[in-house]
Formats: sequence, C-alpha cells, structure tokens
Amino acid sequence: MRQSLNEGQQILTNLLIDMGKKVEDILEGCMESLKSLDRSKAEFWIAQDQLVNDFERQVDDECVRLIATQQPVAKDLRKIISAMKISTDLERMADLATDIAKVVRRIEGPLCKPLVDVPLMAEKALSMMSQGLEAYSNEDMTLAHNLSAQDDEVDHLYKQVVRDLLVIMSEKPDNLDQGMYLTFVGRYLERIADHATNIGENVIYIATAERKDLNK
Amino acid sequence: MGQSLSVRKLEAWYGSNQTLKGINMEIIPNQVTAIIGPSGCGKSTFVRCINRMHETLPGTKVKGEIILDGESVYDQDPVALRKSVGMVFQKANPFPSMSIYENVVAGLRLNGMKSKQKLQATAEKSLRMAALWDEVKDRLNYSGMSLSGGQQQRLCIARALAVEPSVLLMDEPASALDPIATTHIEELIRQLKENYTILIVTHNMQQAARIADSTAFFLNGELVEHGPTSDIFTNPHDKRTEDYITGRFG
Amino acid sequence: MHDRLRKYRNRMMMGIFIIATLIALIPLFGILGYVVKNGLSALNWEFFINLPKAMGAPGGGMANSIVGTLIMVLIASLIGIPVGILTAIYLTEYDRTSWLSIGVRFATDVLTGIPSIIVGIVIYTAVVLRMGHFSALAGGLALSIIMIPLIIRSTEEMLKLVSHSIREAGYALGISKVKTILKIVLPTAAKGIITGAMLAVARVSGETAPLLFTALGNQYWARSLNEPIAALPVQIYQYATSPYKEWHQQAWAGSLVLISLVVILNLFARFVFRSRSN
Repeated sequence: MRQSLNEGQQILTNLLIDMGKKVEDILEGCMESLKSLDRSKAEFWIAQDQLVNDFERQVDDECVRLIATQQPVAKDLRKIISAMKISTDLERMADLATDIAKVVRRIEGPLCKPLVDVPLMAEKALSMMSQGLEAYSNEDMTLAHNLSAQDDEVDHLYKQVVRDLLVIMSEKPDNLDQGMYLTFVGRYLERIADHATNIGENVIYIATAERKDLNK
Repeated sequence: MGQSLSVRKLEAWYGSNQTLKGINMEIIPNQVTAIIGPSGCGKSTFVRCINRMHETLPGTKVKGEIILDGESVYDQDPVALRKSVGMVFQKANPFPSMSIYENVVAGLRLNGMKSKQKLQATAEKSLRMAALWDEVKDRLNYSGMSLSGGQQQRLCIARALAVEPSVLLMDEPASALDPIATTHIEELIRQLKENYTILIVTHNMQQAARIADSTAFFLNGELVEHGPTSDIFTNPHDKRTEDYITGRFG
Repeated sequence: MHDRLRKYRNRMMMGIFIIATLIALIPLFGILGYVVKNGLSALNWEFFINLPKAMGAPGGGMANSIVGTLIMVLIASLIGIPVGILTAIYLTEYDRTSWLSIGVRFATDVLTGIPSIIVGIVIYTAVVLRMGHFSALAGGLALSIIMIPLIIRSTEEMLKLVSHSIREAGYALGISKVKTILKIVLPTAAKGIITGAMLAVARVSGETAPLLFTALGNQYWARSLNEPIAALPVQIYQYATSPYKEWHQQAWAGSLVLISLVVILNLFARFVFRSRSN
C-alpha cells in the first residue's frame, strides 16, 4: 500500500544518509587540514561544501514533490517535513566545518598547543550526527534521547577548551591570535554538535508530534 | 506491452454542442496519464473517442485523428478496435446474468474462443492481475453481483484485461468506492502500467497526483496543460491550471 | 390539539384506504368462491377424459375443449412470443426515436385496447372465409394477434430496465451489438420477459369472443388443425346458455378448470421468476 509514498520516503532517507556521509568527509577533512595547517587541503574541503548544498536542494525538491503528489498526513507528513529540517541542519554543519577550514587560512603555524580536546569534540559531533541519522532511519526514540547527554559532554569539552586557551593566551601574548581562532573552532564544533542534537529532536517530533528541547 | 497514442486536432460534438475543440496530445506508452478537469470539460468524451464508444450514442460527431500504434482508429473496425483498447467504467457493471468466471472470460467466449483450458488459464491470469484471484478462486461460479463494490470493479478490470488490450481506459474507476477499496484500485493501477498504457479520467485531483506519471488538464473542451504530474502539481505553467488544482476555481 | 386532529385524520384516511381495498377484493374472492363451490362438485375423472355427451346423458366431459384450448394457446404462443420479443428488441435496441418506432408503439398501444371480438371478426373475414372453414389455426392466429402487443409492451419494459452501462460494457469488450443483445442483454432481462410472456398466455387462454368466429367449437375431437376445434371458454359459453342442468354443472366445472389454469400460470410466472435481490 502507498508504494509510491514508501519509495519516496526511502529516497529521502537515502539522500539524508548520503548527505551525512558527505558532511562527515568534509568535517574530517577540515580537521585534518587544521591539524596539519595545510592550506591547499583546506581550500579543497571548503569547495566541497557545494556538494552538500546540492544535496539540500535535492532533499527539498523531493519533499515538495512528495507533499504535492502524495498528500501525506500524520506521521508520513511529519517525517517528510523533518527531512527538510534535518537537511538544513546537515547543511549548516557543513558550513560550520568549512568555517574551521577557513581558520586555517588565517593561522600562522606552528600550533601553540597540541590539539586534544578539539579533535575529540569533532569525533563526538560526528558520532552524534550518524546516531541522529540512524535514529531517523529506524525511528529509534531511545537513540534520539541519548543525544542530549552527548551534547552535554561536548558542551563540557568546549568549556574545557576555552579554559585551556585562556590560560595559554594569558601566558604569552603571541598566542592571542591563535588562541582566538582556536576558540572559534571550538565554538563551531559545539554548534555542529547542537545541530546533530536537532536531528534527534526531529526524530522525537516524528514519533510523538511533540517538540522537545534536547539542547538545553 | 502498452502502445503509444497520438491525438491530433480531435473535435467532438454531442448534438449541436461541441464538447471537444481541437485536442492535440501525445500519450506515452506504459505510463499512467490522468485527465483532470471540472465537470463538463470534455474529459469523458475524450476518452470515449479513443475506443470509439462516443459514436455509439445518437447525435454524436467526431473529427480529427487518433493514431494507435501507427494506425488510425477510424481506419479500423470499431468492434475489433475495442479489443485492443479496453475500458473500465465509473460504476462497476458486471454482467448480472453471468457468474464471476463467465464475466471474466465474456470478451473471449462471446467472440468465439472455445478451448476450456485457455479460457480458464486466462481467467486465472486476469483475476490475479486484478488482485482478485485469492478472494474469488473458491467461488468462481457465484454470481458476479455477489461481490462488494470494490471487488466488482476489480472484476470489471479483470474482464477488460482478459481480452489483452494494450491500452486501458478508466473513466473515474474509483469514484463509487470507499477509501480502502480506492487504495486497492490505485495500487493495482500502479502495478498494471508495467504492461499497459493507462488513461484515467478522474475528478479527484489528489488521486491523479498520487498515481499518474503525467497529467492533462482539460477545460471547456480544450487541453490547457499536459505534463509530468510532479511538475503540474508543484509548478503549473498555466494560471487556469493553478487555479483549478489549488481549488480557487469559480 | 392539532396533534389529535392530525391523528384522527390519519386514522380516517387509513380506514378509507382499507375499505376501498376490501371492496376491490370482493369481486376476486367472490368469483373464486362461486366457481369453486359450484364447479368442484361436477369435477371428476371423467370430466378430463370424456367427450361431451348428449343432454341428459351422464358422464360427459370436456376433454376436447381442454386439449383444444391448449393447442390454440400453443399456436398463439409460437407465433406471438417470437414476433413480440423480436419487435420489442428492435424498438429498444435499434430504433427508439424514428417515425417507424413511434408508429409501431402507437399501434401497439391501440391494439392492446381493441375488443377481442373485433380481432375475431377480422380473422373470420381474412382467414376463415378465404379458407372456407373454421379452424384451430385461425383460432390460434386470432389469439396470437391479441398476444403480440402485450408481449411487445412487457418485453420492451424489461429491456429498458437493463442498465445501459451493461450494453456499454459489452461493446467496450469488443463484442458486436448483436451478440451483446442476444448473449448479455436478453439473459439479463430473461426473467422479466418470461414473466410477461406467461402473463400474456394466461390472458389469451380465457378469450372467448375471437374463438367464436374462428375456431367455432367442436363436440368431437378435431382430426387436424384445419378443422373447427373445441375450446374451454367456447364450450362453457355454449353449456351455460343451454337449458340443461347437467350442462350448467359442466360449465361450472369448466370454469373452475379455466380459472385454475389462469391462476396457476400467474402464480408460476410471478413466483418462480421473481427477482431475487442479492
């Protein structure tokens, strides 16, 4: 029953998963270019953002097509609307990732401190994103709820990063420049984790039609 | 396999009233094409011209060309033509004097097919295609009228398919059915298009949106717009189309 | 107050309807009652087997009349039913609007109202005089003329009841018009058509006047269809108008047989061929 609608929803799910993979590649690539302060690598990954924008457009078009031709209601409708919102979150995540790469354009090496917490934040954020997409695909509420606690961890890490950088910047004024940019990077990663949590919020909305704030 | 249909400058009259004013349309094989439009726009007339049923009514006149797989339908014997162009009507009309089995094979038996094996094989194949076999296989000699509305309509579809047409015309096939029966019919149509070219007249736009690959909008005997369904319903070119599908007509 | 008035008026109207119905039923049950009462006593085995005997002689019967009626009704049916049905098919399926069909329908309506004695006189002039003698054939012919308009009418009504959608379904399957009519429309209307035919048969089996001028009647067995033949209604008439008491009794018995034939045909037609709704 409703074969066309089911196929359409599968197309959306696949698009979002592919989009997520692209975001993952971009963030990992941007973090790599940050670690190695490789400007040419950074430029490459900044250009990749366009692919994510294309994905978003595809998702939007498919959602509009499905709504116009299949008249979804209830959960079907919520799932499709949420797909549009999730694609927006993913697109913002890609933008934030390229912002990290843009920092590489400005930083003069070498790094004032070895990057420990920052890559950890990136790792966690990516894990949250793929959990969110899995939760969407399987309508898994528990997985979605777990994102809240993980977002707290990322926030915690961010506060740690800021504290460490403040210490470093106060020790040597030369470090002010790098310290500031690295603080931005931490902020970007914290925002990426927030967007990943939004995916979880959408999953809960699909299942219950309630909007729960997981970001606290 | 479905066949292609070309309609060129088709005009039709019912008495002194011109119901079709020059229709030009290409119908793509193995697709579902929906014909939508307000009452009296000529959509039923259009479809009934294709299998030359329009002429069976007194006082009708037709001009123009309809080319089915390279041959004009007006060069053919109408009775023979109707074996390649099947039709399903708005209200299910199984033959009351016949059993379910007899209904399905009516088109074959009354045209001379005698082999019981072939008839029974065709009956089963058609009933399966119409997604009705499982429900009736144990009561094939019950009256055709003993089925529910939705089942009767599927019986009529099986009856039309048994003659092995390449084009299937459906004139509001689900309008007399409840929502669940309608969904069954819609799924059936989706599956059938693999092997048939299907034209469906419907006043239910949402149905057209759900099942048609391409949609044609008729108004006052004219073809206003014809294109892929998702285009028509997301971004129609003609304002009249937009007004009609958004319900802002009149 | 208005409620009471309304209820009272309703009850009064109901009462009037019921009384009218009872009045209408009186002749029916009256006739049946009389015929049964008077005819039953004269009815015996010999009645069905013996020929009429001379006045005063006991043990006479109406065997030849019964057979004669059956023969002439059969002749009438063999002519009337096919002609009637085929005409009705033409009027319904092929030509509903032309001058010809309007004319035929008008003629049919007029013919149903023509007094049957006139049919008898016409056949007398056209057939009996030409042939030079009375005959069963002429009698059957006269009865068929009475039957035909009845059958045209009832068959036409039954054919019109068949929804046009059924015919369209037939055409849409690539079935020719003739086959659609014969194999789809007719079977669908069959019950109603047969009922109409049986009612027409019941009707003509009681006709007396036309037979007086065509079959004449016969006290013996007719040896061929070209001879005068006995018929129940005619025999009843002759016996009832005679001065002999035994013959009067025989007339009652004959009436009972005739009425039973009509009632049985009616019941059969209406009961066995009633439409069963699914």
